[in-house]
Amino acid sequence: MTILLLALRRLAASLPTLLVILAGLFLLLQLAPGDTVDALMAQMGGGDPATAEELRRYYGLDLPAAAQLARYLWRLVQLDLGQSAIYGKPVATVIAERLPVTLLLMGASLTLAFAGGTLLGILAARRIGQWPDTLISTLGLMFYATPSFWFGLMGIVLFAIRLGWLPAGGFEEVGAGYMGLTRMLDIARHLVLPTLTLALVFLATYLRIMRASMLEVMSLDYVRTARAKGLGETGVIVRHALRNALLPMVTLVGLQAGTMLGGSVVVESVFALPGLGRLAYESVVQRDLNTLLGIVFVSALLVITVNFVVDLVYGRLDPRIAAGR
Amino acid sequence: MTEPLLSIENLSVRLPQGADRSHALSGVSLSLAANEILCVVGESGSGKSVLANTVMRLLPPGVTPDAGRVLFSGRDLVGASEAEMRRLRGAAIGMVFQEPMTALNPLRRAGDQIAETFRIHTKLGAREIREKTLALLTEVRMPDPVAALRAYPHELSGGQRQRVMIAMALALEPALLIADEPTTALDVTTQGRILALIRDIQRRRGMGVLFITHDFGVVAEIADRVAVMQAGRLVEEGPADAVLNRPQAPYTRTLIAAVPPLLPRPGRGTEAPAILALDGVSKTYRTGGGLLPGRARVTHAVKDVSLSLPRGTTLGIVGESGSGKSTLARCIVRLLDPDAGAIRLGETDLAALSRRAMRAQARRVQMVFQDPFASLNPRRRAGELVAQGPMLQGASRAEAMAKARELFGLVGLDPAAMDRFPHEFSGGQRQRIGLARALALEPEVLVADEPVSALDVSVQAQVLALLDQLRDRLGLSMLFITHDLRVAGQICDRIAVMKDGVVVEAGPTAAVFAAPQAAYTGALLEAVPGRSWIPGRPHAPAA
Repeated sequence: MTILLLALRRLAASLPTLLVILAGLFLLLQLAPGDTVDALMAQMGGGDPATAEELRRYYGLDLPAAAQLARYLWRLVQLDLGQSAIYGKPVATVIAERLPVTLLLMGASLTLAFAGGTLLGILAARRIGQWPDTLISTLGLMFYATPSFWFGLMGIVLFAIRLGWLPAGGFEEVGAGYMGLTRMLDIARHLVLPTLTLALVFLATYLRIMRASMLEVMSLDYVRTARAKGLGETGVIVRHALRNALLPMVTLVGLQAGTMLGGSVVVESVFALPGLGRLAYESVVQRDLNTLLGIVFVSALLVITVNFVVDLVYGRLDPRIAAGR
Repeated sequence: MTEPLLSIENLSVRLPQGADRSHALSGVSLSLAANEILCVVGESGSGKSVLANTVMRLLPPGVTPDAGRVLFSGRDLVGASEAEMRRLRGAAIGMVFQEPMTALNPLRRAGDQIAETFRIHTKLGAREIREKTLALLTEVRMPDPVAALRAYPHELSGGQRQRVMIAMALALEPALLIADEPTTALDVTTQGRILALIRDIQRRRGMGVLFITHDFGVVAEIADRVAVMQAGRLVEEGPADAVLNRPQAPYTRTLIAAVPPLLPRPGRGTEAPAILALDGVSKTYRTGGGLLPGRARVTHAVKDVSLSLPRGTTLGIVGESGSGKSTLARCIVRLLDPDAGAIRLGETDLAALSRRAMRAQARRVQMVFQDPFASLNPRRRAGELVAQGPMLQGASRAEAMAKARELFGLVGLDPAAMDRFPHEFSGGQRQRIGLARALALEPEVLVADEPVSALDVSVQAQVLALLDQLRDRLGLSMLFITHDLRVAGQICDRIAVMKDGVVVEAGPTAAVFAAPQAAYTGALLEAVPGRSWIPGRPHAPAA
């Protein structure tokens, strides 16, 4: 009950932000040359201006921008994301088809980056100044400094083309008609390279934070207390240091949820994944305003949700926060 | 005599290269019998904590023993394997640390942290462990032990946390308890109770206690035997009575001479006209609340305080943490805005001034802060820090620097050191810089907020003497905030005792010390460690 109330409060607090983002995007797209109808006409191979005018009237594009925005927002209040002119179906349906791919990619990447970053960070902190630390820190810097699309492309060159171990792109083998477990394995194989590509940059960040956080926590008094109780090194890390060191990491996950969504646009384009990111890119190219606004709306909800979950996790991890609430 | 419980033989501990000396300990030999409390006393940097951590083998990396032995029940701990040490730690040797705020894991319940000791060393079941933990919490006289089992450290007070620490250290009935400044961070009344608790449990269980402290009052209260350390060497060792009352080593004599006796100075000039008068000053804090009504918590930090400070005298404001004494000081210099009341400095009511008007008056009342390490900007040179005030008040740079040079001499610093940065000075020197900074504005009233409580006792004595001397020379009037009644007795003409934001008693220091009117003042005086021991006067310590 309290959680539900908290969620509603959080949502209400982010409504103004959402409104500003939607209005800003709407106006920005008005500045770009061409509209949906131009893109449609181009797809149809051209047509006469009269048809174009009619189409514009049909989609409500002849109204002034302010009126269009007001109409869009009014529909949004009724939870109607509108109709996609390009795909010819409701925007909600278009997004629902694409969302699982992105969620799967983000979830997998986040898990990999978090787990890998935590482990490598602890390892580096435990062996500070020795070769494992140097190796891990250098690798981290490389991951951080290299653009993710380049990683993706090199991954394709090496693993898909040279070695032929993994598929070069796509979400699953089209037309293979796999079912059940076979299909899951097939999708997993397809997602290995995209997940790695998206995760590496974040892994590098997490590993740096974890290393610093672990070094700090290990120097604190309660770690000495734990040692004075006769706890071994592993026990000290697992039972006392880890949970304390994870607090800054959890904060970071919430902050980076949006960045990760942005990163998925690039990765989905490189690997031809039918996800939300690529849909956003296509919608911009085709001036599909309704779809684009829908994506922004859903993405914003996603980021708000992730942050909310992070807050809950933080409250679970740190009793001091729960007391203050 | 039987074999000692702990015997340290010719122990030397090496510091890493680049430290201020090559050895943290050199050639220290000590022994501790079972059923005995040995106090190791020394100033900061004397190596007393290193000694405690060497016995536990919990030294920071790079700090290693390079000679000597530490025999615990006949076993040498210096050469023991890590696994062997782990079996001893917590089981045969318990340890209590200084900071109850940070020595407990903030994310785990107090009961769980005590129970962990059992889980590490025994194979007891969960229920048995719970019972034993509860019994321990009862033994350390925790109020409501059942609730304490489930409490997180932030939900406990400092004294309660220290009780949890002691319970943890005592869990497996260790033969040796090492206590590293266990009461330094506590209020004086809490300190008294914790010392009594340690003494009581030690007697009951016949433990040996290695008690590390810097405070001779605490030594007088608890020690059977005393070892005095200086710069890593043992300078004197013997029974408590002998060391405290007939010290042999010159260093011990200077240390003991620096301890302010719990004797009030004769008050003077208390009939002089008041330079500063507080009338009904109040300050409340509101926390929480926000969008949700009804959740706001209101704390009355200072409640209706009326005091007056006669010109040319020192008024001490004494109280424990949370008594509102620092809030009051901050209200007077208007770092905080009081909610009600008047603060009259001469003819001006500081409380009624606007921010801008207060800035013009700021030079008339200046403040010296507690922490000499945090209260000076580390990126500016000492001379500039002192000259900044006069420059803000319109003096030219040359004038201000000349003034700073003069002040450096006045507070006993070498004017040539003006070009140095704060970190290049010691704690006592930094406090002198803080004092020079405040004096640069030629204030009528100096507000000193615990100016000596972060300093070693010998440095403390020097700074107190300096304050006294400056007051006489410059005709300063001073408001001196402290938690330490010994210090208050040393420097204050009058004192006011605060509790929970209210002044419970005020009067000439001698009168308050001799015949406290409020029950709380009596309790405070009663709790001063080693109150019956007067340094420099042979006197049988209270048993």
